Amino acid sequence: MQIELNGKPHALADGADLAQLIAALELSGKAVAVAVNRQVVPSQLWAGRVLADADRVDVVRAIGGG
Amino acid sequence: MNMNDAPALNADTGLTIAGTTYNSRLLVGSGKYKDLDETRLATEASGADIITVAIRRVNIGQDPKAPSLLDVVPPSRYTILPNTAGCYNAEDAVYTLQLARELLNGHKLVKLEVLGDEKTLFPNMPETLKAAATLVKDGFDVMVYCSDDPIQARMLEDIGVVAVMPLASLIGSGMGILNPWNLSLIIEQSKIPVLVDAGVGTASDAAIAMELGCDGVLMNTAIAGARDPIRMARAMKLAVEAGREAFLAGRVPKRFAASPSSPMAGRVV
Repeated sequence: MQIELNGKPHALADGADLAQLIAALELSGKAVAVAVNRQVVPSQLWAGRVLADADRVDVVRAIGGG
Repeated sequence: MNMNDAPALNADTGLTIAGTTYNSRLLVGSGKYKDLDETRLATEASGADIITVAIRRVNIGQDPKAPSLLDVVPPSRYTILPNTAGCYNAEDAVYTLQLARELLNGHKLVKLEVLGDEKTLFPNMPETLKAAATLVKDGFDVMVYCSDDPIQARMLEDIGVVAVMPLASLIGSGMGILNPWNLSLIIEQSKIPVLVDAGVGTASDAAIAMELGCDGVLMNTAIAGARDPIRMARAMKLAVEAGREAFLAGRVPKRFAASPSSPMAGRVV
């Protein structure tokens, strides 16, 4: 299936959940926050939050800003 | 009387925002530094307790082991103030801060800014008011970048935000305090902290803001864009402290007449 990850197309195995996506991106344990279709998903709920085709996923972090 | 007998000055009480008191009245941004090391050193030199950060999408494919901002300004040491820079409507700003709250483990203190256009980065006040209402209802403690308009500032206070932060001049412009009269009107009427956010160019600007009676100053470019950011961070720390002390001390009134500082009596001529 194909999701939209941070605004770009991203291929993902069918049935993958958020925890698997974050692990594949090597971001497990990092200070990131995740939303699916503009709904924030707390990190403790990533496992089991199965993604569907065309889901829009945002993965964000803090960077320098004023 | 010797120095030991000098009456102690009452120390400043600190800046209280949403029930938490901070020693420093200088808040600094973390953008525009050349690297994270400079960010860390300038932030330390500023003495600031509250540091603003931006929330942005992770660059997918970037080295996940590269050091991150929160490694050099750790939430264990600083109060991290996530902003909504780059948001042009209420919905995007609220979404950004919902992500920030999750990122920072339920942290409630946030900086709301909803911009009007890219040329001026002036706040879009209708959208700012809308976002503020949503965020306050959702339990956030909201500090708000706003126009220097006392009516809008009062509307924000009525909504229940924890601080109003009028611009002194355009973001990143370094033009200083362009309308001290409007700032004074806002300071006079507000029961919540008033901080100048945006426009400070150099130390005297920060001191002027504090002398007007502002509760604090938030800046980024003035420090990060200086030739020596670490030295300017220290200058800003001193300027904010000096301006606050001068405000508490109460300046002499201005008058267009000379007044000799030395007594006239007992002159030798």
